[in-house]
Amino acid sequence: MGAGHGHRLHFHGHSPVHRAPAHLKVLALLGFMLVVVATPRQAYAVFALEAAVLLGIVALSRVPLRYLLPRMVVEVPFAVFAVLMPFIAHGPHTEVLGVSVSEPGLVAGTALLVKGSIGVLASLTLAATTEPQDLLRGLQRLRAPDLVVQIMGFMIRYLDVVTAELGRMMTALRSRGCDPRSPRHWPVLARSLGALFIRSYERGERVHLAMLSRGYDGRLPRTDQP
Amino acid sequence: MTTPVLDVQGLAFAYPDGHQALFGVDLHVHRGERVALLGPNGAGKTTLVLHLNGILAAGRGSVAVSGLPVAKEHLQEIRRRVGIVFQDPDDQLFLGTVRQDVAFGPANLGLRGAALDKRVMESLERVGMADFVDRPPHHLSYGQRRRVAVATVLAMEPEILVLDEPSSNLDPASRRELADILRSLDVTVLMVTHDLPYALELCPRSVVLSEGVVVADRSTFDVLTDDDLMAAHRLELPWGFDPRRIGSLPG
Repeated sequence: MGAGHGHRLHFHGHSPVHRAPAHLKVLALLGFMLVVVATPRQAYAVFALEAAVLLGIVALSRVPLRYLLPRMVVEVPFAVFAVLMPFIAHGPHTEVLGVSVSEPGLVAGTALLVKGSIGVLASLTLAATTEPQDLLRGLQRLRAPDLVVQIMGFMIRYLDVVTAELGRMMTALRSRGCDPRSPRHWPVLARSLGALFIRSYERGERVHLAMLSRGYDGRLPRTDQP
Repeated sequence: MTTPVLDVQGLAFAYPDGHQALFGVDLHVHRGERVALLGPNGAGKTTLVLHLNGILAAGRGSVAVSGLPVAKEHLQEIRRRVGIVFQDPDDQLFLGTVRQDVAFGPANLGLRGAALDKRVMESLERVGMADFVDRPPHHLSYGQRRRVAVATVLAMEPEILVLDEPSSNLDPASRRELADILRSLDVTVLMVTHDLPYALELCPRSVVLSEGVVVADRSTFDVLTDDDLMAAHRLELPWGFDPRRIGSLPG
């Protein structure tokens, strides 16, 4: 493991967006998303305005779009669904580029794609401009349930550990002539994922033991000194 | 004699599945001692360690730390007095930054504000990791994480430091650095290890646990040069290592 800074989604910077308090950013994202979701499907001018606001914030944060756009692949499954909608939905059909598509499907698919993209880009912007630790502190300040914040903290902490463990297991599989990508070896892959789950579960128990050994009583004490 | 820091008497324990791990263990560790706990895999070393701070409760026998018996009503104080450094630092460092992790123990003891911060920095300085206070633990090297794990326990000002396999997975330089740190600490140490040269280097006294009983409690040099004892309990020195040929021994 290298000694890089921050998380994979985080883009180091000192813009006003980076410096803004995390809890305000979370609230802003939440409010913005509610507005986007509530926008009527065919209010394209409003969508354009929302996209412009978002791009303005991205520009202000000086996080290059080249950094954000590749990370939007997380949206692909939804995008596929949105693209399929005009073909599988019912209702009156219309011609687009010589292909017959369902009109309500086209409208719904477009709206889904636009809303989804705006949402993903907005979330990525928050992630890129906020350290995970600050985000957790922001949630704490917003009085998010302590248990939820604790669980998120553990998730951030152990994501790399579990990913590295999975990587080592895959390397070990490959070294013994198994190709995890080939469907023929999927049963093996499934079993190793099961093993990973058990290992992570046992690690959870060991972590809990280590916490108890240092006097944990169910609540994380406040330790965030400046 | 003064009250031993660690006083284990006739400790026996069986796991809920019926597997008996300890059959009457006696162990005394006095203030300022550094003791190695040796034994083959499955000898019950980890089980014994988990009794020292009350994670496991004795089936029979007793454990006392500086005169205070390990019992439910003063678990908090016992866990302050006995600091356990677990084998995998990733199990021990579970928070977002080194500072939070080191502060976790003392904060559970009620320390706050400037006193907490002071304790954190002092502990990190003792293991030479003060410059890394605001780094996330998963960005540190394995050796650095091991040292921070030691600091998380030192921050509770324990009376005895219990280390589970402190030298495992360390490169020789990190291993030596950790030895220097352990020597520089002014605390009582119980070290569980398979690394016999490390035990000889750091601990004047060794206790051998085998199949749930203490089979030897002597100077580390005597244990390592008793070929019959070593062979009987699956203890082996690394190839080419001969304690008799080492000029100066600590202790």
